[in-house]
Amino acid sequence: MKRVSLVVTLALAAGLSAQAASAQTLKTVKDRGMLSCGVSQGLPGFSSPDDKGNWTGLDVDICRAIAAAIFNDASKIKFVPLSAKDRFTALQSGEIDVLSRNTTWTLSRDTSLGANFTGVTYYDGQGFMVKKALKVNSALELNSASVCVQQGTTTEQNLADYFKGNNMKYEVIAFGTNDEAVKAYESGRCDVFTTDVSGLYADRLKLANTADHVVLPEVISKEPLGPMVRHGDDQWFDIVKWTLFGMITAEELGITQKNVDEMAKSDKPEMKRVFGTDGNLGEQLGLTKDWVSRIVKAVGNYGESFERNVGASSKLGIARGLNNLWSKGGIQYAPPIR
Amino acid sequence: MAIEPRKPPSQLLPRLQRALGGRTGWSGFVLQLLFVAALAWICYEIVANARANLQAQRITAGFGFLANTAGFDVSQNLIPYSGSDSYTRVFLVGLLNTLVVSVIGIFFATLIGFIVALSRLSPNWLLSRIAGGYVELIRNLPLLFQILFWYLAVLAALPNPRQSISIFDSFFISNRGLVIPKPIGTPGFEPFVVAVLVAIVAAIALSRYARRQLFESGKVIKVWPYALGLVIGLPLISALIFGAPVSFEIPALKGFNFAGGARVIPEFVALALALSTYTAAFIAEIVRAGIQSVHKGQMEAGSSLGLQRGSVLRLIVIPQAMRVILPPLTNQYLNLTKNSSLAVAIGYPDLVSVFAGTTLSQTGQAIEIIGITMGVYLLISLVTSAIMSFYGWRISRSMG
Repeated sequence: MKRVSLVVTLALAAGLSAQAASAQTLKTVKDRGMLSCGVSQGLPGFSSPDDKGNWTGLDVDICRAIAAAIFNDASKIKFVPLSAKDRFTALQSGEIDVLSRNTTWTLSRDTSLGANFTGVTYYDGQGFMVKKALKVNSALELNSASVCVQQGTTTEQNLADYFKGNNMKYEVIAFGTNDEAVKAYESGRCDVFTTDVSGLYADRLKLANTADHVVLPEVISKEPLGPMVRHGDDQWFDIVKWTLFGMITAEELGITQKNVDEMAKSDKPEMKRVFGTDGNLGEQLGLTKDWVSRIVKAVGNYGESFERNVGASSKLGIARGLNNLWSKGGIQYAPPIR
Repeated sequence: MAIEPRKPPSQLLPRLQRALGGRTGWSGFVLQLLFVAALAWICYEIVANARANLQAQRITAGFGFLANTAGFDVSQNLIPYSGSDSYTRVFLVGLLNTLVVSVIGIFFATLIGFIVALSRLSPNWLLSRIAGGYVELIRNLPLLFQILFWYLAVLAALPNPRQSISIFDSFFISNRGLVIPKPIGTPGFEPFVVAVLVAIVAAIALSRYARRQLFESGKVIKVWPYALGLVIGLPLISALIFGAPVSFEIPALKGFNFAGGARVIPEFVALALALSTYTAAFIAEIVRAGIQSVHKGQMEAGSSLGLQRGSVLRLIVIPQAMRVILPPLTNQYLNLTKNSSLAVAIGYPDLVSVFAGTTLSQTGQAIEIIGITMGVYLLISLVTSAIMSFYGWRISRSMG
């Protein structure tokens, strides 16, 4: 991974002028015939390759949806696995078109990295996992503990804030990749492993005895995860942003992978706008009129993707909670398509 | 007809021409000038282009970030550090961690390397085969693999803190590292330090005196009993008068970990172990080659003077071998320092991990941070080379 960051740094330094200042990402992607999407190095439920090398997950579905909207083919993607500390450099240098890698939206990341967040695909928060044998029931009992964490994440900073704020001592051991941190936790080097709660459930599946580990009830931070694009290309920013809104709108309107063709025949004015049978909203985005049905056919609506990857029917078994639609007690909400 | 003495033609111009243009004269000079100009232009373009693009993308640039609060903690800090310190402090913490593991690694690599080399040359069949086996095994396995081996297979197998191995109830070994009593200075500390320094200076003066006596009058003075008496006696007297120089803070298990005492983290141990054993294998071969490059006659001449094998090696062979050993040894020292950046794989907070890793990802200022980091490694390497060159210069001077 070190090599990747060095190479992209040099690329940055050499100043790929065409890549940097241009507002041509859509054209570049179309010419290349492929979307380049930055994902994690393997986080079940969000982005991980299966035994055949196919990438699946909620973050992956966002990229597939973008590819479907552009090419009407959700397979025209090159996935680039990135460690937490290399992800922004890869986006800045133009190595990837969109970063969809469980990345927390913060002010400093939104302003100083030369990139923008396009929305929130998953509302998360940071939690702690400990061995059951320690008989710890609350994060406030973790004074003097050793904590394993992946470096280059907001997790590292939240951790420092939380222990300092509660006047507790701790020792942090930061690893380059998530897997190394999990391995060190499993080997007993640390008492605690910390990351976003969704990640804790995903990583727990990788441990030898899943039942020996518990996730503590405290959620110590807000971690809105979302995709990022480079500054300076508003059209591309809009496309990535509205791809997610398209998926959420589809769920709001009850459009699913199964009934999408039927729903497209609907006479309702709202449906006609969404499906592009009335007006040219998709073309205003730089896509085609049927962009929503392309997306839903490829990956389903937001709720379907959630259930399939992280929801109750998946291995992770995470409840919708905050990620439910606004009309169902959550806070997922899409501006109107009109 | 008066013959005017012919003036020698001015040498200035041809000399200048040769100096600037080499054998080809002015045309060569012009070429060189063009080359330098092109190089300067390329450098300027790179900097200007990078700056323009960073600005266009509104990526923060410059070194202002160094004063910002870091907001994350580090597991090993040789200088006081907390999350509310600045990135500059993080940089220093990382740099010191890199330096300490490199210096310790270099020390042990040299020690083990020399021992293995001498063992390999030993007439003892078993010893030399064991040394040979060590070299072949260690130098043929990848370093990263060895680091992970020490960390995940050896040190992780140690018991957890509650079942730690305790020595006299004050030293504890567990998978959280080695915890030792921490010395805390008392009022008797300063006189004690003075006494130690005085004793060391006196011992050195004594041995110099003995050496001069040996060269001037051939008298052999046994100096070490006096030196030992000084070094032990003086501080002891100071301790008796002013009281014990330090008291020890004994570590005790409290919660998940030991509180009090000083601690050596397992990441450090694993990295230092792997680096020193790995580099030692190469150093052993370098030392062996160096010793074998000294003519056999030197050894025989030494023996015929009645010197012991050890003395022959120490006084005659190794000083001559050092001339051959030094340049490749310097290379190994540089390699070890640079290899210490593999630390990131096991979570040891070295410069690359905390600065080119966490700091880079938090600030996103890749160009500045990678630039600083490269500069620092270059500086460390150049300083190491300079020290070794100085040492080599002294050796060759002393041998005339």
